This record gives sequence, structure tokens and C-alpha cells, in this order.
Amino acid sequence: MAVLQFREALRAAMTEEMERDDRVFLMGEEVAEYNGAYKVSEGMLEKFGPKRVIDTPISENGFCGLGVGAAMSGLRPIIEFMTFNFSFVAIDQIINNAAKIRYMSGGQFEVPIVFRGANGAAGQLAATHNTSTESIYSTIPGLKVIAPSNPDDAKGLLKSAIRDNNPVIFLESEVMFGMKGEVSEEEDYIIPIGKARIAKEGTDVTIVAHSKSYHIAMRVAERLEENGYSAEVIDPRTIRPLDIDTIVASIKKTNRCVIIDESNPYASISSEITFQIQDRAFDFLDAPIKRITAKDVPAPYAKNLIEYYMPQEEDAYQACLGVMYAK
Amino acid sequence: MAKQTKKAPARRKSTTSRSKKADRKSVSAEMTVVPEKLSLSQEFDTYPAGKYTHQELGLSEDQVIAMYRNMLLQRRFEERAAQMYGKQKIAGFLHLYIGQEAISTGTANAMEIGKDSLITAYRDHGHALALGMSANEGMAEMFGKAGGCSKGKGGSMHFFDKENRMFGGHGIVGAHVPVGVGMAFAHKYKEDGGVAIAFYGDGAAGQGAIHEAANLMSIYELPAILVVENNQYAMGTAVHRAFGQTEFSHWAASYSVRGSVADGMDVFSVIKAMQDALAEARDNKPTMMEIRTYRYRGHSMSDPQKYRTKEELDAKKNEDPILRLKAYLLEHTITDEKTLDAIDDDVKEEVMASVEFAENSPAPDLDAIYDDVYDSREYPFLA
Repeated sequence: MAVLQFREALRAAMTEEMERDDRVFLMGEEVAEYNGAYKVSEGMLEKFGPKRVIDTPISENGFCGLGVGAAMSGLRPIIEFMTFNFSFVAIDQIINNAAKIRYMSGGQFEVPIVFRGANGAAGQLAATHNTSTESIYSTIPGLKVIAPSNPDDAKGLLKSAIRDNNPVIFLESEVMFGMKGEVSEEEDYIIPIGKARIAKEGTDVTIVAHSKSYHIAMRVAERLEENGYSAEVIDPRTIRPLDIDTIVASIKKTNRCVIIDESNPYASISSEITFQIQDRAFDFLDAPIKRITAKDVPAPYAKNLIEYYMPQEEDAYQACLGVMYAK
Repeated sequence: MAKQTKKAPARRKSTTSRSKKADRKSVSAEMTVVPEKLSLSQEFDTYPAGKYTHQELGLSEDQVIAMYRNMLLQRRFEERAAQMYGKQKIAGFLHLYIGQEAISTGTANAMEIGKDSLITAYRDHGHALALGMSANEGMAEMFGKAGGCSKGKGGSMHFFDKENRMFGGHGIVGAHVPVGVGMAFAHKYKEDGGVAIAFYGDGAAGQGAIHEAANLMSIYELPAILVVENNQYAMGTAVHRAFGQTEFSHWAASYSVRGSVADGMDVFSVIKAMQDALAEARDNKPTMMEIRTYRYRGHSMSDPQKYRTKEELDAKKNEDPILRLKAYLLEHTITDEKTLDAIDDDVKEEVMASVEFAENSPAPDLDAIYDDVYDSREYPFLA
């Protein structure tokens, strides 16, 4: 195991895949000469040259469309969004073109493309720069959506995403880029898309949480442990397709569930997971499912407000006690 | 044919300085880098109707006859499609290309089919048939049948034909043009010598996607041709009501790429313009081309066409590209009336056969609804 930052794990994944396959290229704002707005692609221009590491003007709609056309033509683009907040400028290319062309063409054309970059809130950036996009993209058939919580998953899943023959939304986080973690040194380390990770086994309550929220879940599980309760923590890792089987198996054991999800709550990942659990494991539930999410408002700027906006560890802890009728 | 003189760097400098001029008027008199008046120094290649003969374009008589047949096939195919729409055999939106056939046929003639790539908007039947899609597959697609080019998943607006490098058939106005630039990017990346041609209508020219696509094509020096088929109306909005600059080829100057304009009522004008643009593109010099044309039918089947007069339509019908080519064939004694009649009969038969094929083709299996969402049926769809 090597200890890598999240950004280094992403870079390692892209580098390995570009070495493996000439058709893979990286394109986006500041990815080449600037070495990446968040230094994810640092050194890649030098290694692969300007043919394969390509700076763009600020034209998300244009270069995402370019990526779709290149993918339809047999290349395998990695399109970096500086943040996914800017993907909305290109959402037509993602939803109408990337996701639907295989279907509309009766399977004649495929779009093997990865859209990746930072997602979700990153502090006092106000409403337009703090959006969690996973529930928006996960609602679209034709897309796969991945949101890893740690460097190891980031590497293994990004490699899978680049090899996948479907359009993949790969969600990272500004506040996690510097996070260090052990990453497998196994040659050609691949984590299959659509497989959840049981991060901690437990018997009393299941906590489901992805990306940044996963780290809240682990802290909550630790506090519960200190107080004599055993929480099972599941990181879905992939949002679409969702590994509901792993979640349901856990619920059948613990009979209780709390979901922590940084998205706004309405029609979100947590709503979907909740529906699927009640659909498949209604009789196993000993308490209503609870969720801790961002507040149902645009992200505010003020320090106290944005902190209050985000899912709170204390709320999650209390929710776990609540579903266990322990308070 | 690249006549333009590239002065983009100088122009950029001037623009920057001009904004300073606004701020500091007293200094501006001495700033010689700011011209009194900005002038458009770029020249544009024009391809007037009636200027070119088939010999000059290197076309054999058989090729010209084949072009005539292809244009006629598009016309009769769509006339029949309109009839089938009336009979409710075809549903959804149906946008006819009638009047614009010289563009698709002329382009296909100039392209290396199978090597070059083409993408267009929803008025796509003509381009598909010109590139070699069978009338059967096209008609069956509109009938929503499994035997359609897109297995009945796309309909009239989404004709795809991978074998002939027809990349669709796209319904969102302008959104496919960056995709076309991506196809050109791939040609250059793979060094396969191919060129990508992206067609869009004058209405789409108002979309930001066109601006972004043109700029990307310019900075990456891609083997691409962006073609605006200016049929004068975006649905019912006349060009002059929608654009400050209606000379679309002049837009090329803003992106420092080659600009040209062809006459879409004369197939030879289109071929010559495309031959030149393709040759430039193979040398990674992209073109923005305007082809002036006219749509004889409404925007779609539900268009009462109150935005134009009958006189205007009648006058334009005198320029019909098919009648024009027919006259050319007779004038140059390439063929005779009898042969042309036989071609007409043959085309009608092909189209009637396509209707029969479409009728007899099975509807898609209900289970096929899950096909081609992803590369694998193993995907856990919600049910």
C-alpha cells in the first residue's frame, strides 16, 4: 500500500489508463499548462504532450460536445470540469447527447466518456458554487454516476470509469483533494462499478453515506461505538447503478437505517435509497428510515449559515440514536 | 481557395486597446494601434449558381445522373412520408427537407463516404439518403419499426447510419454542432485523413453552441466544416428578424477561419464549395460555410406558414434544385426525357417498396425497451 493524496490517486488512475490506451485523452480548463486548477493533472502535459492533455477555453458546452463527438468516433475522452457547478452550462451535452445517443441510434454509436471533477459544497462559495449534482445526474438513464470517498476507491473506480463503454459522471470534491489514504499498489487496480463497500461492520444500525458524508458516518459510528452501539457503515461508492443488495442485506441484519447525503433532500439520492429499502425490506424495518442532508435551500455564504446548511454530525448521531429508540 | 489573409493577432490587439480608449480618451489620440475604424479584412469565397459545369468539377455523366436520381429519391421519399403522416402511420415530428436536396446530394458527392463524417439536425432524411442509407431503413424508422435504422428508437429526427459515418439526426437545435467538432477532433487525433461536416439551420446559428464549436474548431485547427443551411426561416422567424449579421459566412472572420457561401439551389455550386472546403479541411484548415436554400414545405407538419407569402414561395419554386438539374441534363444532352421518366418510375417504386417494407417490419419487442441504454443488459434497471 502506498499513501497518496486523493488528487494523486486520480492522477495515477488517469496516467495508467493513458499509458495503457492511446485513445484516452484529458481535456478541460487549465488541465495542461496550469497543471490543473486543483493540481489533479499536475505533470501530465509534460508526460503525454499537448495532443493528449488539452487546455480549453471556458466553453463547457463546446468541449463537452466535442468530447461526445470524439467518443462516438472511437476515442475515450476524460473531460474535467473545474467543478461540477459549471457542468450545468453543458448539461444539454451530458443529458441529451452523452446519455441518449446509444439509445436513439439503436445501439449503433456508443459514448465512452468520463466527465469528472469536484462536486458538492466547498465552503463559503455561495449558492452557485456549492451544488451537489449526484441526484440530478443519477436520474438520467444512460449515465453511470460514481462518487468515491477515499483515494483507494478513487483510483480503482476512475480506472474502471475510463474503461467503461458508457458515459460516466465521476464526482470528486475540492475539500477531499488533499486527503491522504492508503492506495493499493496492485498492478492494474480496478474496482468494479456498482459495488458498495462495507466500511465498518455492525449490528444495531446501518448508516449509508457516500463521498464527504461517508467521513461523517465514520465519526458517528465511532461515537456510537463508544456508547455501546454497533453501527454498520456502507459507502455505496457508485450512485448509479446502486448496490441496493448490499444495503438491503445490511438492513435485514440491523433493521434500522440512517442515510447521510450532502445533496439537497428533495427527490434526491436519499429519497431513492429510502424507496428501494422500503420496497425490498419493509418487514425488516423496526423504525422509519431517517436522513441527514443539506438543508432544503440554496447554499448560503455566511460562515455560520453554510456550516448549518451542511449535514451535521450531531444530527446524524441523534438520528441513529432515534432509530434505535435509544434516547 | 483560401483567399483570406489572417490578421487575427493584430485584430485582437486592437480590440483590447479599444476598450482602453474608452476609458482614457485624452491618450487615445496618440495611440496609433487603435484604428479609426475597424475593417473586415477577410475575403470570402463565393460559389454562385450557374457558374460550374460537371466537367469542370470532374464529374462523369453517370455521376450526374446518379445525383439526379438521389435528389429525386429524397423528394419522393419525403412526399410519401408526408402522406404516411396524414395516414397516421408516422407520428411525432416530421420535418421535410423538400427544396434543399441539392445540399445533401452535393455534399455526399464531394465527400469520401465511409472516411469523412457527417452530422446534422432533425431535418435529416436527405442527408441520410444521400450518404447511402436505404429508403427501407429510413421509412421503417419513421413507422417506429424494428427494421428502422435506429430500431424504432429514434424516429424521423434521429436517423443514424454508422456504416456511412452518418452521426445523426439530432433534435436539440444547435447541440450537435460541438459534437461535429468532436468528430473532427477524432479524425485529427487518429490521423485518418477524414473530415467532419456539421450541418445546422439558420435558426441554430443563434445558439451559443455554434459559437463555442466554431471557436474550438479554430483554436485546435480541426478538419471540420460547419455549414449553415440558410433556408431563410427558423420555424416562422425570418433570418433578418433573428440576426444582426445575416451574412453567415462573415461570421468566419470572428473565428479566424475560412468563410464561404454557396447556392443550395444549384448542386454544382454545393459540390464546388464542398470540394474546396474539404481540401482545406484535410490540411486542418476549417471552414464556416453558408448554403443559401429554401424550404418549400412548412417547418413541420403542423405549420400553417402564415409568415411567408404564396408569391414568395412560388418564386422560389421556380428555382427548384431538382428541376434545375433536370434542365441541365437535357440541355447538355446528358440524357433524355424518356430516361428521366424511367428514373422517376424507378424512384417511385423504390419508395413504395420502402412503405411496404415499413408496414411489414415488426414493431420492436416490448422487451427491447431495455436494449441499448447501456452496453450491457446486465444493468440493474428499476422495474
